[in-house]
Amino acid sequence: MTTPAETALPNAELLGAAETPFQQVWRTFRKDRLAMAGLYVLIALIALALVGKLLTEWWVVFDPTTVRLPDKLRPPFSHASSALAADQVPPLGVYPFGTDELGRNVFARVLQGSFVSLSVGIVAVSISLVIGVTIGGVAGFYGKRKLGPFGIDSLLMRFTDIVLCFPTFFLILTVVALLPPSIYNIMAVIGMTSWMGTARFVRAEFLSLRERDFVLAAQALGLSEGRIIFRHLVPNAMAPVLVSASIDVAYAILTESGLSFLGFGVRPPFATWGNILADGRNYIFDAPWLFAIPGCAILMVVLAFNLVGEGLRDAMNPRLRKRAS
Amino acid sequence: MWRFLLRTLWQRLWLLVFISIISHAVIHLAPGQPTEVDPMNPMMKAADIARIRQAFHLDDPFYLQYWHWLGDLLSGELKSFRDGLPVLPKIWDRFKNSLPLFLSTTLIVWTLSFPTGIHAAVTRGSRYDRATTFLAYALISVPGFFLSYMLILAMVQIFHMPVIGLRTFGSEGSPWHLQVMDRLWHLVIPSLMAALTGIAVLSRYVRSQMLEVIDQDYVRTARAKGLDEDTVVYGHALRNALLPFVTMFGFLVPGLISGSVIFEQIFAWPGLGQLGYEAILSRDFPMILTLNFIAAVLTLLGILVSDVLYALVDPRIRVE
Repeated sequence: MTTPAETALPNAELLGAAETPFQQVWRTFRKDRLAMAGLYVLIALIALALVGKLLTEWWVVFDPTTVRLPDKLRPPFSHASSALAADQVPPLGVYPFGTDELGRNVFARVLQGSFVSLSVGIVAVSISLVIGVTIGGVAGFYGKRKLGPFGIDSLLMRFTDIVLCFPTFFLILTVVALLPPSIYNIMAVIGMTSWMGTARFVRAEFLSLRERDFVLAAQALGLSEGRIIFRHLVPNAMAPVLVSASIDVAYAILTESGLSFLGFGVRPPFATWGNILADGRNYIFDAPWLFAIPGCAILMVVLAFNLVGEGLRDAMNPRLRKRAS
Repeated sequence: MWRFLLRTLWQRLWLLVFISIISHAVIHLAPGQPTEVDPMNPMMKAADIARIRQAFHLDDPFYLQYWHWLGDLLSGELKSFRDGLPVLPKIWDRFKNSLPLFLSTTLIVWTLSFPTGIHAAVTRGSRYDRATTFLAYALISVPGFFLSYMLILAMVQIFHMPVIGLRTFGSEGSPWHLQVMDRLWHLVIPSLMAALTGIAVLSRYVRSQMLEVIDQDYVRTARAKGLDEDTVVYGHALRNALLPFVTMFGFLVPGLISGSVIFEQIFAWPGLGQLGYEAILSRDFPMILTLNFIAAVLTLLGILVSDVLYALVDPRIRVE
């Protein structure tokens, strides 16, 4: 995959030596057109989610909760009927994405849902990252120490194996069904059942990094263990974690929509793309837009996260990087 | 080899014990009692609830409940909270329904993803490669039920294909060959839909594995010898790229329970996933725990089988 810009730089190989790792990754990443498209979509979506939060909750222009019974199941771009009270009329008198079975403005709901859906994904993955990095880091760094008759490493990794053996979606479903319905429980449960991959990556990275010379040098300088771990080991172990994190966000958003489909998703008053989609399937013949719009929105955001994750993985793989340049 | 097998079996047995203890803990520590499923029912008097709790050992301490569950499971007398029927025969009934769906899905996934993935790897960077890459990501990213509903609409309206249940209602009395054909016909759409994500994931994996080997020196040597392209790709490259797939067989098996909840719900397929979903809705603890346990057993067996297969296939791997 040699681009014209690449051949114009005959010294790219020499220049490569002066680049920081981040610049190297970015240079390879930028050439991956799918991944760049994903990145642009992601930035746009995050901006949209913030705008959505702003316009639906703090400075209400689009009201996602107003019920307008005269305007039930209106198709997209239809005008509000004249039977509405003045404060119920949507902005410009138009429903851009139509209305649902209660006459709520679907555009406003999707806008509100974008923030909730993204935050479900991001919070769940943050939880799984904290657990995974802690367990993997402790197992990798303090693994040789003993806790009673067992090594810490084998204890923690056996525990990881145990959690890996659970049928994940079934477990999530069970716990979400038993706990009181709340959006925070869903985030926590998804996070607590998806940290195993991260723990394994981090442990493997720590095991190999711990033996490197720069760690030895840091120890010889008398740095504290905490400083060695957080300043020297964690940043170096972040590459695979970052990749799996962005793919995990995609997975968490899909899981939330699957839970909504089975009736265990985020409850009202929160609108998420998952539960708009799950409710929309009851009107699939009368109002297909109720189903198609949130479905395409989920497809777009999950696809963007996946593309960025895979692009990062390719860019961080040194063997592929050499081949690409 | 035998010592290795026995030792891993012994370790796996311990893992199973811990898994069952943890799943008990999760279920019993979570709020919500099985006797509270139907709180508005006027027929449920306090005395009845107490009697039911007594009969199902619900008032015993945690370790005793675990002990009862384990004993009942091993003697095959474990009974469902929901209808008092033994759990294991119910699971076996549903398993017989899930198995054909699982087998045909797996078959479709493995037969379709290899040709697509290999072709994409061989023609790396071509329009075909980029198109399948994008399509695969799109398929991975779409919620399964969204795509299924869309295609159900199309399939039913254009081809009049059945999308609900195992067989046509009232077809029990017909000749056996018609029944077989009817059941196969009902299998088509659900297994295709369940296979789509699998095809996307596996074909990507085939592609990346093929890319790993296709630049190796021995492939170049094979080309230099003047072998035709098919022999190079299939005889030399593919054979070496196949190794990791041996281990993937093992990870497929647990999908029987966990992966099927949503698809069985969409297509009203009375299989294991539905059974689990119904059990969760009615807080049928013995059923949930047993399904969880069986899934864990299947996972561990799958990993064991793939370890052994890997050792058999790859002579470089030595069992210590």
